[in-house]
Amino acid sequence: MYDISPQDASNFVAGVDLAFMIILIVSVFFLVAITAVMIYFIRRYKKEKHPKAIQNEGSVKLELLWTFIPLALVLVMFYFGWMGWKPMKNPPEEAMEVTAIARMWNFRFEYENGKLTDSLYVPVNQPVVLNLRALDVLHSLYIPAFRVKEDMVPGNLKKMWFIPGQVGSYDIFCTEYCGLEHSYMYTGVRVMPEEEFEQWLKDTTAVAATTDASATPADQGFDVLTRNGCNACHSSDGSRLVGPSYLGHWGTMREVTVDGEKTEVMVDEEYIRTSIYDPNAAIVDGFNKGLMLSYEGLVTEEEIELIIAYIKSINE
Amino acid sequence: MSENKQNSAPKSYLEETGGRKGIFKWILSTDHKRIGLLYLYSIMAWFFIGVTLGVLMKLELIAPGKTIMGAQSYNATFTVHGVIMIFLVVIPGLPAVFGNFMLPIQIGAKDVAFPKLNLLSWYIYIAGSILVVSSLFAGGGPPDTGWTFYAPYSFKTGTNMLPAVLGAFVLGFSSILTGLNFIVTTHRLRAPGMSWMKLPVFPWAIYGTAWIQLLATPIVGITLLMVLGERIFNIGFFDPAKGGDPILFQHLFWIYSHPAVYIMILPAMGAISEIIPTFSKKTIFGYRFIVFSTLAIAFVGYFVWGHHMFTSGMSGTALFTFSILTFIVAIPSAIKVFNWVATMHQGSISTDVPFLWAASFIFVFLVGGLTGLVLGALATNVHLHDTAFVVGHFHFIVFGGTGFAFFGALHYWFPKIYGKMYDRSWAKTGWAIFFVGYIALYMPMFFLGVMGMPRRYFDYLPEYHGPNIISSLGALVMVTGFVIMVINLFRAVKTGEKAPQNPWGGTNLEWQISSPPTLENFDEIPTIDKATYKYD
Ligand code: HEC
Ligand code: HEM
Ligand SMILES: [Cu+2]
Ligand SMILES: [Cu+2]
Repeated sequence: MYDISPQDASNFVAGVDLAFMIILIVSVFFLVAITAVMIYFIRRYKKEKHPKAIQNEGSVKLELLWTFIPLALVLVMFYFGWMGWKPMKNPPEEAMEVTAIARMWNFRFEYENGKLTDSLYVPVNQPVVLNLRALDVLHSLYIPAFRVKEDMVPGNLKKMWFIPGQVGSYDIFCTEYCGLEHSYMYTGVRVMPEEEFEQWLKDTTAVAATTDASATPADQGFDVLTRNGCNACHSSDGSRLVGPSYLGHWGTMREVTVDGEKTEVMVDEEYIRTSIYDPNAAIVDGFNKGLMLSYEGLVTEEEIELIIAYIKSINE
Repeated sequence: MSENKQNSAPKSYLEETGGRKGIFKWILSTDHKRIGLLYLYSIMAWFFIGVTLGVLMKLELIAPGKTIMGAQSYNATFTVHGVIMIFLVVIPGLPAVFGNFMLPIQIGAKDVAFPKLNLLSWYIYIAGSILVVSSLFAGGGPPDTGWTFYAPYSFKTGTNMLPAVLGAFVLGFSSILTGLNFIVTTHRLRAPGMSWMKLPVFPWAIYGTAWIQLLATPIVGITLLMVLGERIFNIGFFDPAKGGDPILFQHLFWIYSHPAVYIMILPAMGAISEIIPTFSKKTIFGYRFIVFSTLAIAFVGYFVWGHHMFTSGMSGTALFTFSILTFIVAIPSAIKVFNWVATMHQGSISTDVPFLWAASFIFVFLVGGLTGLVLGALATNVHLHDTAFVVGHFHFIVFGGTGFAFFGALHYWFPKIYGKMYDRSWAKTGWAIFFVGYIALYMPMFFLGVMGMPRRYFDYLPEYHGPNIISSLGALVMVTGFVIMVINLFRAVKTGEKAPQNPWGGTNLEWQISSPPTLENFDEIPTIDKATYKYD
């Protein structure tokens, strides 16, 4: 029944599932046994059949029995839980390192050679350590098929690791509630044969080339917005999401708060640029501070030109 | 018992108005019974709202993609649902309603120790609830943080967090004062001869709970104040950018909120321990062990909060300790279950409505407890934490456990409270439909969790569709049963037959006074010479 992935999808599956099966079997046994005994008593000692109750104040022997047998059983459960968990804490020395970066509401994975992707690619049968970084709020990286999960805490660099055992694709979810689009914060892990992975890793151009250079600057700009997950917070149709819409403000004066004081600024190239590189410098009235993070180093100056081209185009 | 029947029948507490009229005979009365009912009505009102929100969520989840509401509304819905259910319904729940009504009667007292404080606690409860609800309407929209208010999201969101947090803070005082009142009442006002070991189990449970309310609630009060400080003054306790630690918030939150789970469940266990002996016509099996396990749970329950945080990044030693203590705290609950079933052995059982609720309580509580073992083990916790499995587990405990016990207690003490009897066959129909719907609603969540569906998900991948359909339909069936139950009780209050003094053949003090009781409960404070639950 417990078949959401092959038993060797990762090195932890066997330990976790063993603990699960042991607890499940003991639990189902007690659930069925206690319920059956209770139903038997209810029918056997029905008032009609058994008009006079036989009083019984208790039995110390029985009490000891049903204290110590369950105690022994739960300690066994604890033991298997502990044994299944222990290896998760000890990544091997020679593991490949990938940095997983979570922000509202996407994951990114950065490889040692600087390659940056939005889903995780790993070689089969090789230990992988993920360095977990959260930029804004709590997130949690969960790969059900691998039975691993670890919270991602801003300001606190954490690690998780696993050895994928089977080539294939599996889900990655964010399991710590992180706001509006929490349920859309998922991606995948692709487990590849060793050589294929080496090939893939070397090819650092593949990512940069996702934008079609022959498209208009405005279209390319939209592409940049999509790729960086801006559209989770900003709409193109004037509707209010977590942040203001791209539509309807270009070239107007905007009420903002700078260092706690209200002023007005003109929405122009410079404003857009600072809004992206230093979003909390000027907070638009009616919106909250701290939600948008700086995209410095993620969005290039050229890409900002494209974004501006897009914003201009929809406001024409 | 029959010599207790009054011929010159003094007025019942419902007729005794103290010269006040209309609503004032309720909201100005310091009679513990009227205050109990004030809580009953306010809690029921919140419960209706909470259930409605729960059903709306289930309708949203009946199919992948958006069905009836958007993500923001969904997030606000589960937050408000959680806040209402936890802070306004199950934490006050049994202690405030049945504790208030029955504790003084069961220990042979005329009222609680501080009747005015008792009424004040209700006013504080109402003030807190109004604050919580005002968050829905004012400012940037209903809060969307989940009932756990985890930092740092809780002070980044633009929604209206402040009133919700402030409301929870105020509600804490109601809980603390009620706890204090009950502790003093149990110590000072027991009837002559009612030694501790003659105390029925329900007052014992209320007493144990009261200590948790008194000692644990201030911690959440301080934590919530810290969130307020964080939001208003940007202090930075929990903000990593200012050197704070978001995990500190989780510790402080769960140091209270885990014992709070025992505030919810201990009185429920107490009520079950009243119902089962009465309907088995047998003294409770292992009285001392049941009482002792109540106190053990209240005590060990303080040291297991870390099991909510196994994936937050605590040290291995901390995880080891929290995991093993979690398993140990399961033992006293198991002891109770065995004793309840043993009480039925060789009894003379009538399967009347309260007994059906109690027996089904044992089943759902077992499911909740056993799935708790799965979550207590480290390896499986890592897989299942923050998935639908957890949602299934805690609904089985707080709703299956506390909810079933509450409905059982309501049907058990209803004839005493109102002096009227409800239609028993409708009550049984309501129970049966409710039970079936309940199982269909929550069982599928275990499968979803094992398959890896995270919780607090507005939308899900198509592979999770099947169990979600069953769960949503289950919610509709369950609500049907619930509505039948409620209408039946309402009708009984209006037009029910007159209930006798002791309809179930119970042995404790509440069954030796008239139904409904008089203002002072007893004409003369009784002297207790027998152990509790004596059937010979
Ligand atoms: C987590 C949600 C979020 C994400 C993701 C996000 N933003 Fe923002 N953004 C906001 C919020 C909230 C504001 C308003 C508060 C402020 O001024 O900082 C804002 C403001 C802006 C503004 C100023 C808008 C105005 O009308 O004055 C621009 C431009 C902008 N963002 C661009 C971007 C771009 C480009 C991206 C992607 C690279 C992005 N944002 C990603 C939340 C987000
Ligand atoms: C009709 C009855 C109910 C239904 C249909 C229902 C349904 C739900 C659903 C769908 C969720 C969201 C789960 C998630 O994805 O996290 C939820 C959360 C929750 N429910 Fe219920 N529920 C019901 C009754 C109750 C009761 C009686 C209680 C308390 C005693 C309760 C307490 C909670 C809590 C604390 C949460 C967590 C909220 C959060 O995540 O912040 N529910 N419920
Ligand atoms: Cu997230
Ligand atoms: Cu999330």
